[in-house]
Amino acid sequence: MRLLYFAWLRTRIGCAEEEVALPSEVRDVAGLLDWLRTRGTGYSEALRDLRVVRVAVNQDYVGPEHPLREGDEVALFPPVTGG
Amino acid sequence: MIRVQREDFDAGAELERLAAGNHRIGGVASFIGLVRDMGGRERVSALTLEHYPGMTEKRLAEIETEAHRRWPLDAVLMIHRYGRLEPGDRIVLVATASAHREAALAACHFLIDWLKTEAPFWKSEETPAGERWVEARHEDDAARERWSAPVPESREKI
Repeated sequence: MRLLYFAWLRTRIGCAEEEVALPSEVRDVAGLLDWLRTRGTGYSEALRDLRVVRVAVNQDYVGPEHPLREGDEVALFPPVTGG
Repeated sequence: MIRVQREDFDAGAELERLAAGNHRIGGVASFIGLVRDMGGRERVSALTLEHYPGMTEKRLAEIETEAHRRWPLDAVLMIHRYGRLEPGDRIVLVATASAHREAALAACHFLIDWLKTEAPFWKSEETPAGERWVEARHEDDAARERWSAPVPESREKI
């Protein structure tokens, strides 16, 4: 699965994108976020407050219950500030 | 039409092109967003816009489709820049063209409100205290919310 990070999530986690093999127990977005938090202080720091984390799967906004499949592109980023 | 680009745009030329050759158009409305020199209480010397290539274009296309669904528009143009910009630089142009002013003005307002809360762009400001990410404003969510009410039947027929 391809993970993308933007803005301060990218700087706190320390990379813009990575390819990960999901543990079999991770089935949805909430599970992914829980698992990522266990991967190091950069992740746990970046994902401490999920009210300021948006998730897109295959470039569509999704909620925590959205199911994940092998081959999905998952992006994590803060609330947007364009315009 | 949607363009996401690093380079500047010529707003006058873009607006002229939007209505050129279509004499059903009775009005063109536009919004141009500029880089301010203040962010909160701090002076901003520059900002850098990051975006999510692919999703940006996809979201903007969906927002454009939604505007066409709500109002009778002859043309829509959204240009959004990314990269490093300085105070006074243009960031975004939203323009709409329609037979009548009401649809053009309302759709333009709708598009910039939606763009600000939906399109995946993020601003980082350079200030005397260092570089920092701009936080989303509740006012922007509230501005977008006012368009969430069901569209009255009459409005769709304007």
